[in-house]
Amino acid sequence: MAGLAQNIEVFSKALNLRTQRHQILASNIANADTPGYKARDMDFAKAMQGALAGRGDGAALARTSSGHMDGSGGAAFGHLQYRKETQSAVDGNTVDMDVERAQISENAVQYQVLTRLIGDRLQSMRTAISSNQG
Amino acid sequence: MSLFNVFNVSASAMTAQSMRLNAVASNLANADSIVSADGKPYRGKQVVFEATPMGGTASMGVRVTKVVESAAPPRMVYDPKNPAADEKGYVAFSNVNVVEEMTNMISASRSYQTNVEVLNTAKSMLLQTLQIGQG
Repeated sequence: MAGLAQNIEVFSKALNLRTQRHQILASNIANADTPGYKARDMDFAKAMQGALAGRGDGAALARTSSGHMDGSGGAAFGHLQYRKETQSAVDGNTVDMDVERAQISENAVQYQVLTRLIGDRLQSMRTAISSNQG
Repeated sequence: MSLFNVFNVSASAMTAQSMRLNAVASNLANADSIVSADGKPYRGKQVVFEATPMGGTASMGVRVTKVVESAAPPRMVYDPKNPAADEKGYVAFSNVNVVEEMTNMISASRSYQTNVEVLNTAKSMLLQTLQIGQG
């Protein structure tokens, strides 16, 4: 049974990161017309590894000096990166709407997969509970 | 639940885009105006967008910081019969470029549309979350 509960924790961490990524991508799309805005994205694989290693939400900041803040107060996005520019705009904006829309759709589908997986996991737990009650 | 933040971000973008559309509407409406409220020829108005943090590092909304007026010279039309003509017979019309405003309008409405889609995606994601364990 412990295995089942642990698995759900992994899924919920992934779900959390998907939520954060959705915020980032929504911000990119919202700022598609803002001069000087640089599109950002998170490295999901790295963030997930960080989350599994128990480093906060996968976004904890490394403290290399005693003067550094640990960044635990808010959601610190350690794996937030600027997107590479494909076509430069005169106003310095780097949002590529096609890329952002594709990414946000992908993120939504992945989120759906995760919710489905959690649901299935709960379903199998339910089956295990009720299997001898025939 | 940080997905609710997406609502705020998209809503701020929709507000900003509708303000832009408002500016376009008044520019197009005044494309042939000779004088505005201050007695001078009407000048095209443009909104200035700025990225603004919204609840956490990940969320960046948009807000309109100011409305600027176009510095382009007024459109001078030779019409000596017009009572508003100057001593050389020219009438100063507004400096609105109608073609620019039309493209601006299309761009604003497309951006608005995309933000509505983002909002709907976030909504369906939240509904899926509510469905967990109900099957």
